[in-house]
This record gives sequence, structure tokens and C-alpha cells, in this order.
Amino acid sequence: MYVAVKGGEAAIENAHKLLAEDRRGDAALPELDVAQIREQLSLGVDRVMTEGSIYDRDLAALALKQARGDQVEAIFLLRAYRTTLPRLGIAAPLDTQAMQVSRRISATFKDLPGGQLLGPTFDYTHRLLDFALLAEQEPIAAKQAGALADSMPQVVDLLNAEGLIERELPDAEDDVVGDITREPLMFPADRAVRLQSLARADEGYLLALGYSTQRGYAKSHPFVGEIRSGTVPVELDIPELGFTVDIGEIDVTECQMINQFRGSRSEPPKFTRGYGLSFGYAERKAMAMALVDRALRAEELGEDITAPAQDQEFVLYHGDNVEASGFVQHLKLPHHVDFQAELALVRKMRAEIAAAGAAPEFEEAAQ
Amino acid sequence: MTDQDYNFAFLDEQTKRMLRRAILKAVAIPGYQVPFGSREMPLPYGWGTGGMQVTAAVIGADDVLKVIDQGADDTTNAVSIRRFFKRMTGVATTEKTREATLIQTRHRVPETPLQAGQILVYQVPIPEPLRWLEPREIETRIMHALSEYGVMHVKLYEDIARHGHISTAYDYPVLVNGRYLMRCSPIPKFDTPKLHMNPALQLFGAGREKRIYALPPHTDVKPLDFEDHPFEIEHWPEPCALCGATDSFLDEVILDDKGGRMFVCSDTDYCGERREAGHRGRMSPPETLEAAE
Repeated sequence: MYVAVKGGEAAIENAHKLLAEDRRGDAALPELDVAQIREQLSLGVDRVMTEGSIYDRDLAALALKQARGDQVEAIFLLRAYRTTLPRLGIAAPLDTQAMQVSRRISATFKDLPGGQLLGPTFDYTHRLLDFALLAEQEPIAAKQAGALADSMPQVVDLLNAEGLIERELPDAEDDVVGDITREPLMFPADRAVRLQSLARADEGYLLALGYSTQRGYAKSHPFVGEIRSGTVPVELDIPELGFTVDIGEIDVTECQMINQFRGSRSEPPKFTRGYGLSFGYAERKAMAMALVDRALRAEELGEDITAPAQDQEFVLYHGDNVEASGFVQHLKLPHHVDFQAELALVRKMRAEIAAAGAAPEFEEAAQ
Repeated sequence: MTDQDYNFAFLDEQTKRMLRRAILKAVAIPGYQVPFGSREMPLPYGWGTGGMQVTAAVIGADDVLKVIDQGADDTTNAVSIRRFFKRMTGVATTEKTREATLIQTRHRVPETPLQAGQILVYQVPIPEPLRWLEPREIETRIMHALSEYGVMHVKLYEDIARHGHISTAYDYPVLVNGRYLMRCSPIPKFDTPKLHMNPALQLFGAGREKRIYALPPHTDVKPLDFEDHPFEIEHWPEPCALCGATDSFLDEVILDDKGGRMFVCSDTDYCGERREAGHRGRMSPPETLEAAE
């Protein structure tokens, strides 16, 4: 009998219905609402926003619900939505110095102006399953440590005063910053484009690459100069008005990594920087991004390019999980035409060998 | 019926304009890969997003769209893409190659010869023909700029030295208009000669890799080969089991676990058209099925 290898419309529709049913799970249990996901799975929401490249907690929570908690699928949903949105304007650079911090730590100084502030962190928790969470709990109110310092200068700026760290100067006014969502990535990519690409790159991928630099593949001797999380205002330049207008606030996490640099013929020894930024509290992502950013500056700093994390094309072409997930999973699509061509070729080659009998040249090669 | 929540053909007009510019440039320089600002589409990368963006950029309200995957209109991804465009544009769709003004394809060129005025859009996974020989984009762009294609000839020569013939079964490298080395998306080499001097416009879209390239009508497309090892296409030991065709690309269908198999046309429209015209194969269902067994 002829085996029906081709699926039609009905099969697709039924598959979608099964998916909806599985997403809902046991109908005897109450359905999760988007606000619950937004509030109680907030770090998951943060990752989806960061890699989905759109700051919208509700949409990210909706995407997570629709994707049944699959982060990469949720990121894809958000990206596919984002692509249809018009671009209204370009915000002024965020001033993270003016951040209302909820967390701020430095590993390079014991104390520093503005103080260390642990904030809501998993650090120093013991990773013991908390069985109390199996039951519903009364909300817990944390104690506020009193008023925060008015000024929290960036650690890198403190080093700047001594000239010990490289300066990061703003681009020239007429320098156009690239936009990887509007133009294709071209190589060599400048740092702004690289940072954009890293900001939306897969967290697990950056984590592994960043980790590889710590284990000797492009060792850069990193220190966490500062990590700060909190709320910053977003300002938009309105051409008709001639000044910037505050259009809202977003939560971000910023990581300033400080790295050793031995100096070169033209430069005295000093510290260099790697930079990471994520939406919300995606701190692991921001740290990994900073490590990889620094590794990718190898060429600019005259270092030898020896490791994967230093290789622009390798790092930037493979970091986007929407691209990677799509291409890996496209292998599920039928490939029987190409496979048929390969099949015909392998059969032909085997037939040729068989026809040649004992295939003397093969025996010779074996001896 | 068009989806009112989205612009015609999903993409906004500015994006379509950007795509059309890239397509025009691609048509002007046959075989050259034009970088473009590829957008996320609601289908995954690797599933035809490049082809879909090209289709979205060129489709008009009076187009008749055909979508095939592996030559067939009823494979799942072809169904999915056809439904997407029906929903986003409301255009008429068809399974008939002759009736279509716009055909999006994955891995095949229809058997029915294309005509002037038709557009064939290929979904391309990896646009760079030199990629397996040189992984770096910076290098391959320089190689194209200098027409430095010796490595590909060496690769083909090594095939011959090792196996006695060129062992590339699909995605066969071609030289376009005597200038650019081009990858014809992974179509089997059976289809490669159809690209040469084709009266239809052929557009290639690679979404994930962000490249568009094109073959304007009647473009010279030459598969790379050697005088003593000329390019040749694959042949099958038997004709199509359903329509008896001997001139089409055949898929192998496994019938049982004892080595039983049949060969049928990969192009379902071509096969159906031949059967309607009265052609019969070894296992033509349903009326001749019993007789064949």
C-alpha cells in the first residue's frame, strides 16, 4: 500500500488543538493568569523581555503562558510580535548613574561611596528546597535599611579619576549607531553593534562562552567592578519640542567588568572594560555578556585571537536563539528530496565498488 | 479574507520597500548575495522566512500563489506557509504550476516548465556556496569580489580523485552569468539545469543569513564541471509508479519492512496532471492497484 507521507491541513489543525489542550493541563486546576506569571515568575519574564528585545512585562508574561513556560519559544513569540511594530523614535542613552538602585555591589572595593547594597538576590541563600512553599503563605515584608545614599558614583568612574582604566568616550555626534534589527550584521562589527547582538543573545550561550574565557580560552582576568540593578528613566528626543521628554521607567541590570591589560607599545598598562546590560534582573546574563564583550575586543586591543569567545563571526552569528532554534529544528521538516539524491549517489558509489570486484586499489591502500 | 490586525502580507510597507530595493539590486547583479535587514517572521528561521519575506515583498492582491515543499503542495510546511499568506493577503492560491503567478518553493523546481511573467521564490538555508570550504563571511566576500573560486574546483577535483565522480548530489554549485558562484538552495542536481535560461524570474531568500539573490529571466547558469567529467543528473531504475513518468524527480516510498518500495513523482501537481491525461504507472490507485499486486 502507498504510505501517506504527506500531512494536510486537518492534521495541522488537530495538532494545534492538542497543543492548546496540553497547555491548559489539568482543567480541574485554576488557570494561570498573565498577571500571576508577571508577578511570580518575574525572572523568567525578564529573560523573555531581554532576549525578545522588547520591554513589556505583560506581553512577555503572555508569551510565557502561551509557550507553556518554554523560554526560547516565548522569546520567539515576542520577537515575531515586535517585528510588526513601528519605530517611533530613538531614546536618549540611559543614564545608569541616575538609577534608583535596588541592588548594587562591587567586588573590587570593600566599601565605596554609596555603599554596597545586596538587594533581592539568590546569592548567599542555601539552595535547599523550601517545602513551606508547597502551601500558600502570608506575604513577607522585607525591612528597608533606611535611606539610600543620594549619590552612587560608578566604580569605573572612581578608577577613571586616577587614569587607571580606559575611558569610554561617547561617539562623535555624527556617528550613526547601527541597528541590528533593521540592518544585517556585517563584519567586522563595531562595538555598538556587537553589544546589541550580545544583549539579545541566548543567556546559556553567553554563559558558556563567558565561562570559557575564565577557564583559559582567552583569559582576561576579570573582576566585577560593579553590578547595579534598579529603575532608570527613559527619555525620548522629540524633534518638534527640541528637548527630551521622560516617557517612563524601566528596570535594568548593568555589569561593569574590569579586566587586566598589560599594555602595548602605544599604551601604558591599565584596566580595560567589558560591559553587560539586561532588562529586569537578568544578572547572570549581564555578567556573561560583559565577559564576552571584553573577549570580543581582542582585535581592538591588539591581543592575539586564539579562542572562540574572541571570534566575532563565531560569537555573533551563533548567539541568537531564535535563529539557532529555528535552524536546528528545521531538520524536522521533510528532506526526502535531498535525501533521495544522496541515496541515489551512495547506491551508485557502492555499485561501482562492487562492479570493480575485489577493488584492488582498496586492498593496496590497506597494505 | 484578510487578517485585519496586520498589514497586507504581514510586513509593514517600509520593510517591504527595503526588501524590494534588495531584490532590485539582486536582479541587477545576478547571483550576487545582497545583504538585507531580515525581520523575524511568525515562522521559525530555517523554515522559509527568507522566501516568505521575498514573497511578502512582491505579492499583490491579484497574484495566484502556489507553495511547495519537496515538490509537493500538501507537505505540512507548504500548507502552513500557504495558509499564512492566504490569511495575510487574501490572494487566490492554487496547486497548479501553470495557473500560479508566484510560486514559493523549498528544495525543488516544478517539473512543468515555467513561463515568462511567473516568479519562483526559493527558500534558502545557507546562501554562501563557499561556506563549507571557508566558514568566515569576511573571507568569502573577498573571494566573491575577486572571483576566486579555485577552492570549489579543487573540491570537485578531489571528489573525482577519491570517488571517480563528483559527489555532490544536491545544492550543486553554479556559475551565474559567468561571474558569481551561486548556491541554488538545496535543490537536487536533477533540477539544476532548469535554472539555465529560465523565462521566469527566480528569487532566492535566506532569512536567517539575511541575504537575497536573484536570477533574472534568461540568465546563463552553468554548473561547475570538467571537460572529462561533465555535469550529469541522477537517473532512476524505474518510472513513477503512479503516472509512469520517466522525466521527473522521483521520491522513494518505503512500502513495508521487507525492502518493498516504489518510486513516485516528487512534484504532485505534475504527477496528478499526467494521471488526469490518462497516464498510468505500475501501482496507480485505486482501480489498478489490485491488478498490480
